[in-house]
This record gives sequence, C-alpha cells and structure tokens, in this order.
Amino acid sequence: MYNKGTIIPGLIIFVVLMLFAIFNNAGKKIEAPKVEKPVGYKECVKPVQYMKESHMELLNVWRDEVIREGKREQVEAGGVLYEKSLQNGCMHCHTNKTKFCDVCHTFASVYPYCWDCHVAPQEDLALKEAR
Amino acid sequence: MRVLYPFIAVLALIVVAFLGGKVTGLQYLLGVVLPYLAFGVFIVGFVSRVLNWAKSPVPFRIPTTCGQEKSLPWIKYDRLDCPSNKLEVLGRMILEIFLFRSLFRNTKAEIHDGPKLVYGSSKYLWLFALLFHYSFLVIVLRHLRLFTAPIPFFVPLIEFADGMLQIGAPRLYLTDSIFLAAIAFLFLRRLISRQVRYISLPADYFPLFLIFAIGVTGLLMRYFYRVDIAAVKQLTAGLAAFSPVLPAGIHSIFFVHVTLVCALMIYFPFSKLMHMGGVFLSPTRNMSNNNRAVRHINPWNDPAIKPHSYAAYEDEFREFMKDAGIPVEKE
Repeated sequence: MYNKGTIIPGLIIFVVLMLFAIFNNAGKKIEAPKVEKPVGYKECVKPVQYMKESHMELLNVWRDEVIREGKREQVEAGGVLYEKSLQNGCMHCHTNKTKFCDVCHTFASVYPYCWDCHVAPQEDLALKEAR
Repeated sequence: MRVLYPFIAVLALIVVAFLGGKVTGLQYLLGVVLPYLAFGVFIVGFVSRVLNWAKSPVPFRIPTTCGQEKSLPWIKYDRLDCPSNKLEVLGRMILEIFLFRSLFRNTKAEIHDGPKLVYGSSKYLWLFALLFHYSFLVIVLRHLRLFTAPIPFFVPLIEFADGMLQIGAPRLYLTDSIFLAAIAFLFLRRLISRQVRYISLPADYFPLFLIFAIGVTGLLMRYFYRVDIAAVKQLTAGLAAFSPVLPAGIHSIFFVHVTLVCALMIYFPFSKLMHMGGVFLSPTRNMSNNNRAVRHINPWNDPAIKPHSYAAYEDEFREFMKDAGIPVEKE
C-alpha cells in the first residue's frame, strides 16, 4: 500500500463522519414524544392522523381564509363550534404550548414561525403576571 | 435504450418499494433491514475501494500540467496549474475539491461558417455541478435532524438559513428547489448536447434518475403526501441508536424514499459515484510536477539489473560492431 500516511487518516475521518449519528446517539433511548392531551374534549376538527401529518397545512389555510378572505365562520367538531384561530381555536383545548406543540417540534427539530407573532395563552398569562 | 433501461430500473424500485411499504411485514424489511444492509455495503465498499486504489503503484509523476513548469528562477511558473511542491498541490486540491476548478476551465468547441473552429468558455456545467453538490451536502446535513437525538447545534442553524424565505408551511427549503433544478440540468445536458449524449452510458443516467427520484419523493413527503414526522424520526433515530422501532401509520411514500436512498448507498461503491473518494486520489491532480528536480525510481525495478550505459555496451560488442561495419565512438 502506498501513501499510508495520508490515506489511512483520510479513511478514518470519512468513517467517523459517516458514523456521526451513531456516536451521537450512543446509549440514548429513542422514545416517541408524548403530548399532553386536552382534558374534557374528545374530538378534534380533523382526524388524529391528519392532524399529526398535516396540521401546518390546515393552519396555513385558516390563516389565508381568515386574514385574507375574511371567512371567519366557525368549525364544528363533535357538536362544539371552534374559532378558526390558533390562539382561540386550537389552543382553546390544547392550552399548553410547551406540553403540546413543543414536544414533537423539539423532537423533530421543527421551529415554526407561528410564535413570531402569536403568544401561547398560558405564556400570555405568565407575562401579564410578570408585569 | 441507454436512457430507457435505467429509467425502468428506477421505476421498478419505486413500484416495489411503494407496494412493499403498504405491507406491515415488508415495512420492517424496507425500513430496518435494508438500511442497515445498505449502510454496511456503503461503508465497507467505499473503504475497500479506496484501499484497492491505494495498493496500485503510481511510479511516475503524471500530473496534468496546464501551465509553465518550474525551472530557472527567472522564469515565472504556474503554481496552481503546474505545482512543484506539496503546498502548491494542496492549493490545487483544495480548489478542485471545494470549487471544482477543472470544471471551471471547461471549454466548448463550435464550428462556424468558414469553416471556422471557435473555442469558448462554458461555465454552465461548473455552475450547476457546484449547485448540485452543495445542495446535496446541505440536504444530507439537514437530514441529521432525523438521525440524531440530541440534535447537534448546527442542524437548526442550517435549517433556518435554508428556509429563510418562509414560503408555505412547512417552509420551502431553498436547497430543495436548487437541487432539483441542478439535477434536471445535468440530465438534460446529457440528452440535449449531441457530443455528451454520444458518450453517455446507462451508468451515467441511472444515478441521475435515482437521485432525482430521491429528491422528488423527499419533496412529496414534505410538501404533498405528508408523513408523520415524529413517527419517522422514531424509526430513523432508532436505527442510528441500534434500537430500531417501527411505528405504525407511516405513509408508503416514506418507504419509497428510504428504499431509493438504500439503493443509492448500495450502488455507490461500485459506480462512478466513487469520485467522492476518487477526487482525493487522482494522481493527475494530487502529484507535484517535480520530474526535473527529483529522480523518481520505479519501485518494482529489479535491483539485480544494473544500468547498462552505451559506453559499456560498446565495450562489450566493439569487435562485433566493427566487423559489421557499424561506427563506434572509441576505436
């Protein structure tokens, strides 16, 4: 074998980089994120699987309908009417951002820009108390 | 045919994976067994391929020289295009690996009326190759979010920069669109340019189709047929932690994506894609051109065979040469 001095270290660097995730996760137990479900509400505006996969799309559509087209009619789920709104609709039941939204988002490294403008209800209270 | 067969091969992979992804038993095969197998083949294949190259001797200096060689001190020489020492080779290699300098030097020949042959600069290949490779790198790094727990600090930073335009939800990544555009260019270039089409083989089209399909399935998964990302991460991070769990309810498109990526990893060490390692080992780039300054001796020369100079030759055969009327230097 020729040029051992450069090729062997090069290959070691390559293998270490490729196995980065394995070293990073070594000894860690990967557990499915567990979200806190709302108490007293059984049904969401859409089925669970849809919400798991595509809630961001629904929020986007709602934003466009409410803000741009002025369609503010309420959405029905299990006989209850909800506002088309993140703060007053979704978070009417899912009150806790840290124990609901953030659980999966942090797990999958998703940082939505909802919170650039919106304030989570409970954090809102905390802010008011702080003042 | 050279385009059609690779296309059918990729299509077949997609169909098999899509149907397999719908069957629970096969999901385990496609989502757990195949990735481990493919990753093993990739690493072992890559390393053994490089070691195999390292075993081949390169006894002589064979760098491609594209400039004035170093000679007398008052003749200016080209440090990058005709490097004379390791430092200059390092500069040449860095520019080659990070900026694809040899593609930048690409020229195009055209015949005009006259007939007149015209050479011109042609930077498209360089530009799109660069865009393609760097987008691919960013995409691979972004995928670390699905394989690592905890997620290293640089992954969210890359995601933030990549999704900066905040188009749609989930945010459109710039590299996703650049990647597909670049690979579309690289494919069309092979189809449209007559000269390039003539030298293109199935082995050129197959990786293009495969990588394009990987990109498209990835986009479909992110923007159209959404998958439950938390369930996906449970599987992928579990794979990297060697405790794979297969959560139920993952859309079949995910298994298509994974199967195609596995196919790419298995194909990698046996194909032209090995240029990833090969660029570091190409003797026409990584050798200094010091043929005149240093004597390079062929390593497998038999030491028992001594140099035989002309003077010694003449000494040995002088009488015979004289008899045959061949002129000799020494009487």
